[in-house]
Amino acid sequence: MDAAMDTTWLQIAHLFPGGMVLVSFLLMYQDRMSGLINAFAVHALVLALAVAWQAFLQDAPHLYVTALLALVFKGIVIPVALRRIVEHLDVHRGIETVVSVGPTMLFGIGLVALSIVVMLPVTVTTDPLAREDLAFALSVVLLGLLMMVVRRNAVSQVVGFMSVENGLILAATGAKGMPLVVEISVAFSVLIAFIVIGMFLFRIRERFDTVDAQALDGFRGEQP
Amino acid sequence: MSGIAGKIAVQAVQVAFVLALAPLLVGWVRKVKARLLRRRGPALVQPYRDLWRLLRKEAVVAEDASWLFRVAPYLVLAAIWGAAALVPTFATGLVFGRAADLIAIVGLLATARFFLALAGLDVGTSFGGLGASREMFIATLAEPAMLMIVFTVSLLAGTTQLDAVSQHLRSPEAGLHVALGLAFVGLVMVAVAENGRIPVDNPATHLELTMVHEAMVLEYSGRHLALIEAAAATKLLLYVSLLACVFAPWGIAGPGAGVGALALGAAVWAAKLAAGGAMLAVFETVVAKMRVFRVPQYLGAALMLGFLGTLLLFVSRSL
Repeated sequence: MDAAMDTTWLQIAHLFPGGMVLVSFLLMYQDRMSGLINAFAVHALVLALAVAWQAFLQDAPHLYVTALLALVFKGIVIPVALRRIVEHLDVHRGIETVVSVGPTMLFGIGLVALSIVVMLPVTVTTDPLAREDLAFALSVVLLGLLMMVVRRNAVSQVVGFMSVENGLILAATGAKGMPLVVEISVAFSVLIAFIVIGMFLFRIRERFDTVDAQALDGFRGEQP
Repeated sequence: MSGIAGKIAVQAVQVAFVLALAPLLVGWVRKVKARLLRRRGPALVQPYRDLWRLLRKEAVVAEDASWLFRVAPYLVLAAIWGAAALVPTFATGLVFGRAADLIAIVGLLATARFFLALAGLDVGTSFGGLGASREMFIATLAEPAMLMIVFTVSLLAGTTQLDAVSQHLRSPEAGLHVALGLAFVGLVMVAVAENGRIPVDNPATHLELTMVHEAMVLEYSGRHLALIEAAAATKLLLYVSLLACVFAPWGIAGPGAGVGALALGAAVWAAKLAAGGAMLAVFETVVAKMRVFRVPQYLGAALMLGFLGTLLLFVSRSL
């Protein structure tokens, strides 16, 4: 491929991480369970596209496996399972947030700015697009953490956790990939973490009759 | 076609086209929506017939209406028509393009909205006031979002002249940029809100409590209403053309192009309008109208996209 075509393809590779940041904001914007789970599936789909595109550019076949894992597990299995959990727990109406959506979005923009400011100076030697990709991956991680902080519902905290993991995989593929063994074990450990969390959710629900994490403070003796 | 005469001719054709084709676009959107609902829908030219009928009817003006009420429709149509004449549709290098940039277009649209809201308040009916207050409520959020998006696009192209922006984004060195994607999503959201389409406002509703634009113009009739309807249709065409010339600038004839290139540009523009209208109809069919008090969240997201785009560009410039 010639040079002009090459830059266009690199730019397309650059678009996907940007798209993931956008979908992270979309996750935060959702205030219904079904919308949140759909947005999470889109998040995983964009991740799969980003990884597959990197596999094509780097000519690294094992990244296709990563993309497939992301697509099957996070794009299909986990959203379907989450949907069933939500139906069982009967929490599909609204999502209670600690902070309302507007300030959360502004805070999220601050986090994106922070990750760009942090990431760009420490990666001076690599090319600009890869640097911005790393900054985007860090922002996806930070936005996932923010989501876990601002949501009171345990199910949406799980979605936040999963999106953090998506950000980590994005960072790993941008940095010329990680070994396939590590990749597969990470994918499966996330799946197992998901199963554990899912069971934990049912236990919380059984015990305290709610999945609102703030209600647990009272049981810890923090609120009189 | 070169020289100043050619440029003036192109500009004149554009000025005529944006007004003449606007009702057709509205008819097209209605037709596609009707077909999606498995209805046959009115004919494509129905908006023209409506306008013609309204123009021939007597204009009934409320007793308490001041001169402002009668003048406002002309001002609104003039401002929106003027703004639409500035957007490169089928050819760049417009004569008027030198005189005004993207920020001026935003300003003209704001002027139109200001007079429409004043006219809504003027008669003193409760619905007019309600519509006007809601319109301003939406505008206070939509305008900053629009401006941030304009800044993003302008930073990318290095100019606020829409002509130059369109030409820059078509050139190979522009490339793809994440900020451009953010600006596109944001501008689509603003366009939906500004044109009073679902999910922000319903253009076909007859339930006063859910109306924004329709509530404001409830007191208008006859030729005044015809002017306002034409202005609303032109605004829709303006936004579709704006999206097309910034984010899909292919096929637009360059400055001093021949008649063949201009005709090709016009054909491509018509195709873009048809595609944009069809996408709008599909979008309106699949989403439900949101509560008025959720609109700040929606437009806040558009504002955020504009912010994010500007931020990214600032940072990547400072590399």
